[in-house]
Amino acid sequence: MKTLLKNLNIIAPHQKLSQKADIVIEDGKISFVGKVDEKNSFDKIYDFDGKYCSIGFFDMHVHLREPGREDEETIETGCESAAAGGFTGVLCMPNTDPCIDDAETVKYIIDRAKEQLVDVYPAAAATKERKGESISPMLELAKMGAKAFTDDGAAIKTAKILRIAMEYSLMTDCPIIEHCEEDSLSGGAMNESFNSTLLGLPTMPSISEELIVMRDIMMAEFTGARLHIAHISTKKSVEYVRLAKQKGIKVTAEVAPHHFTLTDDELKTYDTNYKMNPPLRTQEDIDAIIEGLADGTIDAIATDHAPHTPEEKDLEFIYAPNGIVGLETAFALAISELYKKKKLSLEQLIEKFAINPRKILNIPLPKIEIGQKANLTIFDPELIWTVDASKFKSKCNNTPFDKRLVSGKSIATINNSKIYFEGKYSNI
Amino acid sequence: MPLSIKHLIGLHGAPKEDIKLILDTTTTFKEILQRPIKKVPTLQGKTIVNLFFEDSTRTRVSFELAQKRLSADTVNFSVKGSSVSKGETFKDTVKNLESMKVDMIVVRHQSSGVPLYLTRISKSIIINAGDGFHEHPTQALLDMYSIREKLGTLEGLKVCIVGDIAHSRVALSNIFGLKTMGAEVSVCGPSSMIPPFIEQLGVKVYNNIDKAMQESDVLNVLRIQLERAAGASIPSLREYREFFGIDSYRIEKNNKNILILHPGPINRGVELSSDVADGPYQIILDQVENGVAVRMAVLYLLGTRNY
Repeated sequence: MKTLLKNLNIIAPHQKLSQKADIVIEDGKISFVGKVDEKNSFDKIYDFDGKYCSIGFFDMHVHLREPGREDEETIETGCESAAAGGFTGVLCMPNTDPCIDDAETVKYIIDRAKEQLVDVYPAAAATKERKGESISPMLELAKMGAKAFTDDGAAIKTAKILRIAMEYSLMTDCPIIEHCEEDSLSGGAMNESFNSTLLGLPTMPSISEELIVMRDIMMAEFTGARLHIAHISTKKSVEYVRLAKQKGIKVTAEVAPHHFTLTDDELKTYDTNYKMNPPLRTQEDIDAIIEGLADGTIDAIATDHAPHTPEEKDLEFIYAPNGIVGLETAFALAISELYKKKKLSLEQLIEKFAINPRKILNIPLPKIEIGQKANLTIFDPELIWTVDASKFKSKCNNTPFDKRLVSGKSIATINNSKIYFEGKYSNI
Repeated sequence: MPLSIKHLIGLHGAPKEDIKLILDTTTTFKEILQRPIKKVPTLQGKTIVNLFFEDSTRTRVSFELAQKRLSADTVNFSVKGSSVSKGETFKDTVKNLESMKVDMIVVRHQSSGVPLYLTRISKSIIINAGDGFHEHPTQALLDMYSIREKLGTLEGLKVCIVGDIAHSRVALSNIFGLKTMGAEVSVCGPSSMIPPFIEQLGVKVYNNIDKAMQESDVLNVLRIQLERAAGASIPSLREYREFFGIDSYRIEKNNKNILILHPGPINRGVELSSDVADGPYQIILDQVENGVAVRMAVLYLLGTRNY
């Protein structure tokens, strides 16, 4: 199988590569990068007409719901949603049922994802059953293929277990990923602000995130462990991470697209598609997050893809579950809100979408050069389109971005000898 | 002039003309309630469901009486707790009720936003009887009516709402309604019971009840939730009574012209001493009486509105 990808604009900041070229792929591997003589015979030719080509995007925060909630998403549908959104790799969170806290469940997920275009790496629970009482078998989990440890959905409950988890994690290559939320201060349904007073909803105040961000940074400094802050959402959290990095503490952070796009003003209709955890915050927080993305305080953009069925979301506001699907809108929101508004360059976006997530998780970085496996995302930042949630590849369509006009779209994703293009998989 | 609003979700953004029309219409119904036969045929043939997801005696009885005196057919549907816990979603419950052909739904629910949500999933006219810590518009309307009845106007009056403002649906509705009607509104309570950024509503905040009394014409005193006191915002009911409770000594010391309202039920000896609760400064039972008339006005105006 020999395929020609014609007329690409290759950007690979980690290789200091920025050039117009064609790419030849033979049996899933890159066999040539440069100007191709058309007389050669190819099994298939794709002409991309000057579109951009990066290494494949990687989403380090998705909920694939399998095992347990296959009515919301499966590994297969989650992977197709990822491929449609431009991602060739994902890190799936362990809050499944049963939760990913033993080697067998890690293996189950890896096996279930074997035939997919998208590489699926499990994050395992940091504590048994995510209860925060005793740490999970991290060595065994890492050996089986887990790439991070997290009790995502909640922070590791006590400082004592956090300390043990961090110390123990030092024997692996995996970071501790923390969902930063102090439960005793939180448990509400939206950000605490003037809007929450107007709407009379119980809150999840910024301070409940910031307290745990600070606790975890201090513990990372104390133990020397690697800490990754999931879905950062407040101005002060960004400030604390920036200061920690300046001090040389091993901390990284990610942000979800909705946290640099929407504010809690959106909740005025009590539409549960705006209900997530962390909650939508204020413009001041968005400004600080964008600044943090631009200066490198925030390393990655990750979706927190959280599918919920219509009947789960179509409830009274305080009873509806948190979360939105994100894989198929993330890149467009980043292009629209960050690149088009001249806050971040395409190179910076590729770092946040493809390079840094893999670095944080110690996953080998794909390269665009001869002999390497073809792991690519081809995208068009200029393409303007309207989000249509009913056409999502995800099993669920719980998004606040339905009908939103956005700019930027992934055109094709290539990985594991497969290409996803125009809604179809083909071999490559 | 009919009401411009189609449903009564809250007083936030409700036009002054609408509030005025409801209060003026209340006077008419109050007159009817003085007659030997208190029933009028205004809503004959209309079906109203009182959909209560939270315990309530006085609000439900008040609505039910108002409906019966307007000759509507009424049903009470009470569910305790989340609809999910009994295996049927709220939406399904509403769809089921609606297929029995109802015209209006009066709803009380522990989740803020449910009345607005109902307008999206139902074709009925929706009246909010209290949602979460959001709004309780008919309570605020009856409070405003009672003040106006006693003092002649709302314009320029200084009204202070006292108590657990953060966990109150009555406070917000009063603030919105009173401000629209030209009153100056303040709140008074322990700082842990004042919701964040409340000043942005143009509301003055007091932590000193004596000062609040000296500078107000009316106190609307909220119930301190006994069940909440243990876990949360105040150390004890005793401390609350000492620093925020209203007794005749405080009234005589601070302001003998003050008018006291309370939405009930009263915790005697906590937010109000018994002598105040039964004394000359309060209009608590007038509020209850006016509650029926206000709700008749709301039901009548919404139920007969042409659109």
